This record gives sequence, C-alpha cells and structure tokens, in this order.
Amino acid sequence: MINQVISANRLGDGIVVYLTANGDWSERIANAHVIDGQDRVEAALSQSCDAVKACLIIDPYSIDIDDSDGEIRPTRNRELIRALGPTVRLDIGKQATL
Amino acid sequence: MYLYDTIDQLLVDQRVEQFRDQVRRRMAGALSEDEFKPLRLMNGLYLQLHAYMLRVAIPYGTLSSDQMRKLVHIAEVYDKGYGHFTTRQNIQFNWPKLEQTPDILAELAAVQMHALQTSGSCIRNVTADQYAGAAAGEVADPRIVAEAIRQWSTLHPEFTFLPRKFKIAVTGSARDRAAVRVHDIGIVIKRNDQGEIGYEIIVGGGLGRTPMIGVKLREFLPERYLLSYLEAVLRVYNQAGRRDNKYKARIKILVHETGGEAFTSLVEAEWEQIRDSAVELPVGEYARIAEFFAPPPFEILSGDDGDYARDRLMDRDFANWARTNVASHKQPGYAIVNITLKPEGGIPGDATSEQMDAVATLAEQFSFSEIRVTHEQNLVLPYVRQADLYAVWQTLKRNGLATPNLGLISDIIACPGMDYCGLATARSIPLAQDISKRFADLEQQHHIGELKLKISGCINACGHHHVGHIGILGVDKRGEEFYQITLGGSADEAPSIGKIVGPAVAYDKVVDAIETLTDTYLAIRAGDERFVDTVRRAGVDPFKEALYADH
Repeated sequence: MINQVISANRLGDGIVVYLTANGDWSERIANAHVIDGQDRVEAALSQSCDAVKACLIIDPYSIDIDDSDGEIRPTRNRELIRALGPTVRLDIGKQATL
Repeated sequence: MYLYDTIDQLLVDQRVEQFRDQVRRRMAGALSEDEFKPLRLMNGLYLQLHAYMLRVAIPYGTLSSDQMRKLVHIAEVYDKGYGHFTTRQNIQFNWPKLEQTPDILAELAAVQMHALQTSGSCIRNVTADQYAGAAAGEVADPRIVAEAIRQWSTLHPEFTFLPRKFKIAVTGSARDRAAVRVHDIGIVIKRNDQGEIGYEIIVGGGLGRTPMIGVKLREFLPERYLLSYLEAVLRVYNQAGRRDNKYKARIKILVHETGGEAFTSLVEAEWEQIRDSAVELPVGEYARIAEFFAPPPFEILSGDDGDYARDRLMDRDFANWARTNVASHKQPGYAIVNITLKPEGGIPGDATSEQMDAVATLAEQFSFSEIRVTHEQNLVLPYVRQADLYAVWQTLKRNGLATPNLGLISDIIACPGMDYCGLATARSIPLAQDISKRFADLEQQHHIGELKLKISGCINACGHHHVGHIGILGVDKRGEEFYQITLGGSADEAPSIGKIVGPAVAYDKVVDAIETLTDTYLAIRAGDERFVDTVRRAGVDPFKEALYADH
C-alpha cells in the first residue's frame, strides 16, 4: 500500500498543516508522520478528530505520498501545490521560506 | 456613484457584528464547521487550497478611489499585498485569516462595501457593462437598474436559499460587453419607437458543465415592471428548479427541460398574479437612485483634442496603447481608458497594492474618482479627458499597467485554477502566462486581431472557456494535466458556445497548439475577418486538421 500522511487546514488562518508523529500539527510536510496500512490511517484520522473538536484544524484527510528517496512528496499535483504554494507565485506560500 | 443611505449602512454594519459573533463562537467551539460553513460562505469567505479566500463584492463593477484605497489597505494589512479581480467584477483576497475577517468586513463597511452574496445559492453580485455611463451610443446607464436589483435582492428572504446560485447581468448598449446572454438573467435596456425605456429579458443562459445561451422571454418589458417580472422568474425557478441534483439545479436546466415557450408561459402566469401586488420600485426611488449616476461635471469640449492627436504622432508606444486600450466616449473630448491586468507573463486579473493605489490616484486626478472592474478581469477609468490621456498613460506605464493588448490574444481570462482553487482539476494561470509570452510580439498580436482566449481549470467554467473564441478547459487524466480546446465561442451580442476541436492535449503542448490555431487562421482568413468569424465560416475542421496532423 502507498504511504500516506494526514493533512488539514488550520481553523484560525486556514493554512495547510500535517499531523506529526507526536500528534502536533506542522506547516511542513517534511515533519509529517508517514503512515502505512489502512488501520494506521484510520487511527490517525480518528486522532485528528480530537484536534477538530479542539478547534485547531478542519477537514482532516489522508493523502498519498512518495518518500522513497527520504523526502516526503505528495503524489498528486493538488497536494503538491498545497504543500508548497502557488506554482505561479514562488515568493508566497510555504515554498517562500523553504 | 451610489451612496448608502442609513438603511444600507445599518444592514451592512449589523451583518459585520453578526459575523463577528459567529466567528467568535466558531473559534470557541460553540459552532461546528458544518454549522459555520454556510455562515462564512454567506459572508464571502471560502476555504481554498492554501488558506481562506475572501471574495468582496463590487456591485456592477463600480469602485471609487476611496474604495480602491481601502482594498489596497486590506491587501497590505490583512493579506499578501495583492488582489485578484474576477469575472464577476469582484475582488478576491487569497490569504485572510478567519479571526481577522470580521475586522476586514468592518473596514469594507466603512467605505460602503461588503462581501454579501458573493457565495451561496442566492442572487449574486449583479454585473453590468463596464462602460456604463460613458459608452457612445448607450441607451441608458445600466447601473441604475443594477443598483435597484442589488437593493431588491440583498438578503431577499424568499431568494436566499434558491436551488443554486443566480447571476444577473445588465447592459444599456446594443454592443454587449456584459455577456448578458450567458447569465441566469440577462437584461438589455432598450428604447422603443415612442422613446420609452424598456427591457429585453433573457433567461437561462449559463456556462459551467452545461453551457447554454439564454432564451428571450420578453422583447420589451415596460420599465415599471422590472422587479415584479424578475420576481416572477425567480419564483418559478425557486418552485420548479431541481434540488435533487446540484449539477442540474441552475435555471438554465429548468428553462431548457421545460422548453422556452412553456417556461415563458409559467413566468407570465406567475407575473399576472403578482404584477399589481409585488413590491415595484417607486418612481421616486428610481429617480433617487438615478441621481447618483448622473453624469459627472464634464467640461464642455468642442471635440477631439489636438494635443491627443499630436501625442499619438510623436510617441509610437502611446499611439499603440491608445489604439487598443482607449475607447470612444459619449462626451465630446473625453475617452474611456482600459487598463489591462494582463502584462506579458503576468497573472490575469492580479494587481499589486501599489498598482491598485496608482489606479486610485489616477482616477482621483483624471476620472472623477471612479474606476470600473470588467468581467474580463481588467480595470477601466471611465471619464478621462483626451487631453489627459498622455499623462495617464505615462503613469500607467511606470506602474506596469500600460500593456496595449485589450481584446488581443494575450488579454486572457483565466480562473485561479489549481494554483489556488479547491475545485480545480488543472492549472490555468501558468498557461495564460506562457501564451502571453509566446505572443509577446505586439505586432503579431495586432496582425492576428481580436481574439478572446479564455481558460478554465475545471468544468465549472469560471474562466468562461465555452465562450472564448479559443477556449481551454483543464482536465485531469490519470494525474496529468490535459487541456481540451474549443473554438468559436462568443459572449457578445452574437453569442455562441465553442465546439471541441479534438482530443485534449498535454500541458506542455498547449502553447504550440494555440500557435498552430492562429497560424491556421492567418492562412485561411478572408479579408479582415476576426478569428471567430473564420471559425464560423470555415468550421473547426481546418483547425482540427492542422492541430492533429501528426496523429
């Protein structure tokens, strides 16, 4: 099965965040907890519900990633753009401070 | 320009405080996202790919310099220093924080602006011809009607939960710059042989996944019946429009499934019931609104300005800009200035806060403090003396706003696409940038002539691709961006829906494909016919053969 990470948007500012191994939410996909197996994904999504109830994040969901070279990279264009920022404005979004 | 009365202002101020409380309750957990989402959408706040997005209404695309400066302030204080002008004549900010949104709305309310009805299944921001009040040959200023409709439709209790969103456009000119025939309701102001004003009413046009040209319900609706007739149309739609399938919920589906004649009969029957009881705009109120749109205090000038003619002779760049971006004015000695937000390699519709500020200042100095936003994602200074055009152009040039490409192939409509939008299936903006770079040679653009190129990043068609002379629709094919090309669309007074020319092409082949299409056009055009006229005369086959010759 393809590896996955959990992503959401932060409630207060809408910024894209990722679930880390210690249960925090990071703006960097590089800090995301990589999960394999449907059971673990379900458990992580369940864990995310606590952050939803705590009004930290909204709409958590799992995304497919490729980390075969050690770097976490979403497999879909949409998620790649969410992880970095608009491809037409490299000066804004997460990519601006990488 | 229209100025709020106490009712308008109270309504907007109260809405800000209502939303402030809703945001507070959401942040405190008293409202779930499911409960909050429809509330934030009713205030124009979406959640997009990277962050929230606030869509601010610019009624019928008319802005004052003060309002533009407030948008500058919001861009700089609450966002990332730019705004995106949309095909609904609105502006979008792509990075506002939820917690700060009530403050942004309060800032807007201070200059008589808001974000109401820029989302949701309600009557959206009414759009109008951007040359309103300035166009040569105009029958009447469409902003008077548009403002009346704005007041009638704002928080209208019966039409707040329609089957789907509802868009109305108005033009007062025979030349349609407002795309009225591809709106849920399009209104054309006309004058009959007796000199009376009336309205052609067109219903059931639209784009999206099922593009359709509207059906004419009335050739000439007497002026006094406008609101009751609109109410009848909305009532029929509200009762009979489909709510079981959001893809079939727009009024265009109802009109075309019912049939134009039958739908007209339903509206007429409804109207007979309400025409004498419905709230109609009192003559006095119409006159009160009309006063706000009285012509500005023009100087009385004899005709074309001599300096303007001399400046064009002396400066070729200025002459090129004037040729494309300056339009005739109804007032002798004045001109309409188009500011295209489509520089070579730029993002269609985007303007930095510095550019917006420069436009506000120019409007203050040279256009009676008035600015228009166009549905083609450009700006307009509607009342500029010909004698001032050279000074205006020089300032525009210093601010990167003097690209002389109005109506040419690089004057592209593009939706935000997958660079920002959560619904998009492909990117739009990078294609627009690459096409504008490929066709950067202005002489070549002029040689090609009028060509409306429109790009959408998904089937929702926010980039109006169906009515592009060349339309480009982004689709996802197994995770790769592909683009379907259509030819022969038009949103003007002779509307048409573009025809698909062949299989979708890969992202990196699109610009070459567009050049193949323009080369084919240049090879087969007859005389000085426009691109769209060549497609209409010759059909898509010559273009298809050229495009897929190697396949």
